[in-house]
Amino acid sequence: MANSTTEKTKAGAAEPVSTMSVLAPAVGWLIPGAGHMLQRRWIRGSLLFISITTLFLLGLAMQGRIYKANSGDILDMLGFVGNIGAGALYIVTAAMDWGQGAIAYATADYGTKFMIVAGLLNFIAVADAYHIAIGKKQ
Amino acid sequence: MTITLNHFSAATVFALFASIVFGITHRENTRDMVRYGLYCFAMFLGGVFVAGWVMWLLRR
Repeated sequence: MANSTTEKTKAGAAEPVSTMSVLAPAVGWLIPGAGHMLQRRWIRGSLLFISITTLFLLGLAMQGRIYKANSGDILDMLGFVGNIGAGALYIVTAAMDWGQGAIAYATADYGTKFMIVAGLLNFIAVADAYHIAIGKKQ
Repeated sequence: MTITLNHFSAATVFALFASIVFGITHRENTRDMVRYGLYCFAMFLGGVFVAGWVMWLLRR
């Protein structure tokens, strides 16, 4: 038990930090799926890009709202954490002041959730791109 | 541009895209990715129907 733990620790420490292991997650966060495309996983990257971007844009088109970091409300801050996962999509949306409408009907609230989930799914995609970069996944 | 989806359409769209991402990120090879994606999609939609019937029963 102790030996296996020590071996795992050593194996973890021995993993070299390559340029790709930093670049792929960073690019993947900014543009959903780009971390996979950078590593020549074209189909996976394209599907991730289409899925995450469409979910986010649908949320925006459904009059969902985006959260700001400094709202002071803890639930809004959690919403912001989800939103920020969408990378450039969130940055552009916030910069253009889109997604600020008052929620007037139920599906608009779904739109808000769509945008949060798009960001959270992109976090998973970023972790996957990192695992590919370090050779943990094919 | 404003899109208005009904509850079921919104749940289906959500299930579709979330399942694609889950399939790609949670499995190693293509075959397993497709199978897991389909499994997630079925579970999402199954959950929608179960939740719908539960709400219908609670309302009665």
